[in-house]
Amino acid sequence: MSETVTQDQTQAPEHSLAAYLITHMREYGLLFALITIMVFFQIVTGGTLMKPVNITNLFLQNSYIIIMALGMLIVIVGGNIDLSVGSVMGFVGALAAVMIVNWDWPVFPTILACLFCGTVIGAAQGYWVAYWKIPSFIVTLAGMLVFRGASLWLLEGQSVGPFPRSFQKLSTGFIPDIFGVERPNVTALAAGAIIVAVIIYLGLAKRSRNRAYGIEDEPVAFFAVRNLIVAGALMFLVYSLSTFRGLPNVLITMGILTIIYAFITEQTTLGRRIYALGGNAKAAKLSGIPTERLTFLTFVNMGFLAALAGLIFAARLNTATPKAGFALELDVIAAVFIGGASMSGGVGKILGAVVGAFIMGVMNNGMSIMGVGIDYQQVIKGLVLLAAVIFDVYNKQKQG
Amino acid sequence: MAALLEMREITKTFPGVRALDNVSFSVEEGEIHALVGENGAGKSTLMKVLSGIYPSGDYEGEIHYDGALAAFYGIKDSESRGIIIIHQELALVPLLSIAENIFLGNERARAGVINWHESFRRTEELLRKVGLKEAPATKVDKLGVGKQQLVEIAKALSKEVRLLILDEPTAALSESDSQALLDLILELKAQGVTSIIISHKLNEVRRIADTITVLRDGATVSTIDAGGQAVTEDRIVRDMVGRDMAHRYPERKRNTGEVLFEVTDWNVTHPEHSDRKVVHGVSFNVRKGEVVGIAGLMGAGRTELAMSLFGQSYGRNITGEVKLGGKVIDVSTVAAAIRNGIAYVTEDRKELGLILEEPISRNITLANLGAVSQSGVLKRSEETQVAEKYRKAMNIRTPSVFQRVMNLSGGNQQKVVLSKWLFTDPQVLILDEPTRGIDVGAKFEIYNIINDLSREGRGVVMISSEMPELLGMCDRIYVMNEGAFVGEMNAEDASQERIMSLIVTE
Repeated sequence: MSETVTQDQTQAPEHSLAAYLITHMREYGLLFALITIMVFFQIVTGGTLMKPVNITNLFLQNSYIIIMALGMLIVIVGGNIDLSVGSVMGFVGALAAVMIVNWDWPVFPTILACLFCGTVIGAAQGYWVAYWKIPSFIVTLAGMLVFRGASLWLLEGQSVGPFPRSFQKLSTGFIPDIFGVERPNVTALAAGAIIVAVIIYLGLAKRSRNRAYGIEDEPVAFFAVRNLIVAGALMFLVYSLSTFRGLPNVLITMGILTIIYAFITEQTTLGRRIYALGGNAKAAKLSGIPTERLTFLTFVNMGFLAALAGLIFAARLNTATPKAGFALELDVIAAVFIGGASMSGGVGKILGAVVGAFIMGVMNNGMSIMGVGIDYQQVIKGLVLLAAVIFDVYNKQKQG
Repeated sequence: MAALLEMREITKTFPGVRALDNVSFSVEEGEIHALVGENGAGKSTLMKVLSGIYPSGDYEGEIHYDGALAAFYGIKDSESRGIIIIHQELALVPLLSIAENIFLGNERARAGVINWHESFRRTEELLRKVGLKEAPATKVDKLGVGKQQLVEIAKALSKEVRLLILDEPTAALSESDSQALLDLILELKAQGVTSIIISHKLNEVRRIADTITVLRDGATVSTIDAGGQAVTEDRIVRDMVGRDMAHRYPERKRNTGEVLFEVTDWNVTHPEHSDRKVVHGVSFNVRKGEVVGIAGLMGAGRTELAMSLFGQSYGRNITGEVKLGGKVIDVSTVAAAIRNGIAYVTEDRKELGLILEEPISRNITLANLGAVSQSGVLKRSEETQVAEKYRKAMNIRTPSVFQRVMNLSGGNQQKVVLSKWLFTDPQVLILDEPTRGIDVGAKFEIYNIINDLSREGRGVVMISSEMPELLGMCDRIYVMNEGAFVGEMNAEDASQERIMSLIVTE
């Protein structure tokens, strides 16, 4: 009884900067953490972190994590988890290698077949979770073992490669400069400028819309500073990339996917229903939402993205090995939780997951440059994950 | 005989609700004392105060037990003094044996190592006492509800019980099991155990009780000496229900039209036990602008009926026909039911009605996202406008529609749920306990909303355990008991006595 009757919060919303910062601690905290970590490693690596070649590497190294984090976020928001993505990724990479190298399939049909295969794997796992109500932890733990073994079997324990040039382009290709300057790559610079303009335009449009409907919005100072930092960082990144080899293909893939998934989760009825499903599955079902089908679809989507990540990973290494993707699911899941998703479902954002993945990526990269041993690296990454989640729980308790 | 227990001027308040108001309650040593009253009269709250679930200091008043002032801070405290409460929902662990359950938390053990021999021997003794012929090693889930009840009592006896409290002990029992249980309580009395029995079944109360205390609206109405002389059930029922009903419900004008919603021969089987029919042969109808009540005790099958009608959200092997405006409609899925103009406001708004983490606006549009989107893309500004509209219309008290619903009071949360369903523009609303757990002022607002709905020509089905609420709000009332409709009456002819007597004398 005492729980059902809680206090009304009828006081007017605080408009002071401090109050705003406290209630939006999570979003700013994440961005702030990423910047702090980058500045820290920039200093301790003596400037190596931000070198154009290293920035390019950072994107190439983390692309598959980020692509899988997009799907994982949706699975986790829906109230489930997928432990099989590392194995599925490795399996699909192996399948691609066998098809292209051993069976001489052309590249394009191979890619389609592999993506289809990943989707079917996702559907097979999602079927048991959604319609048989078997806990996703168990179904995907089984999947993890099955596809780890399947990769070994497919590759007969050997590494298979190399891939043709056209396949490698999936990961290590760059967008050529249509203006023909190449260094700096003017196409990259132009693309960066357009993206910055679009971000600021969308931000302003949203602000005016919010004002029109009396929606609480961030203070002007925050809006300005945040956009300035984002715009500055983007232009700096693009400039760095342009002085090396331009925009990597995989960065474009990643960027487009991020935009599509952010749009789906935040602006569509489909996304809204997935949040409702994770927030309270029973209430969602009694509101006419097909909860089983949605759960199923989150896994189908995860399978598709794991397959895409598998192709990119194989293309980057230029070979498929039985160990590919080993334990990678843990990095993906960690990225999503660092990005603010909740284990119990219903909470989390695409951009949070992407930033979370970059935090992990920058730490991996920075510590490797510094020559920190793999042992310490694991310990530090584990502590960062724990700290991020403790921060979340603490924040939640404070807000009551 | 001296008083074993005396509770003096107990007052217990929850935010916005006064659950107990100066209740005095006294139990003599060695008697069987029945505590009766409607749902929500305060019986369970009083027993929770007694057993320390609401710790000393959490309420006003004094408890005198065994001749001294007592202060209980938890179940352990009251149990150590011999006060044992057996709840309506049994607290046994199904996969453990009878012996393990009886000594759970109180194991026959030395240094943490269980003495199985001693446990089984004691269990056998206790089972003999309660007349249960089962091996101590039998797992509890192999027993029927009646036998489980006996295990609970054996467990109470293992703790040297002096005052045994039974909350609706026969609610889930068959006739013969009930008789056996009542006999056992009488036998325990002969052995010197004092009992308090909470029950709705007045014939049972009359049979075994020495004294009957009637609670109503959190206050003691009467204490009747039942020893020797015959107490009529009428007398008890009158005490239970008689109250001033004026001004608690808004004025209502009846303006019913033709039949809108019609259910014929509805049958539902329990989802797990295929031999148990939860709803059988129910037929009813609702006219345009009519508020129809369904009265009954908890467990009568009212919620199960409503949920099975709403997209088969409960039960199996559902048969029957649903018509809206004379045409048979599909209610086989929730989406179809919503599409065909049915809405169901659940009994448990936190578990089944709301997404607590999400803001008011998102909760309101959830069941009808199509109306605030185009080709699957949400139109946020329209969503906000819809939420603002309902905030004003329903008087949802909140600084903004972006407030998360977990921060709202019960009454305001209920208004959000009602807004959600009104936004689907239903023809018929089924409201399951729409005012449970909300304060008097908010209740009145909800009643006003219900009247508005009927004025707009919608049909309302109202399920409530509070009979005065049904009498104050409905045009017509059906009485449901054990899965079937046992009576129907117009509001003018209805009285709590009539409804109660239909329920207790079947």
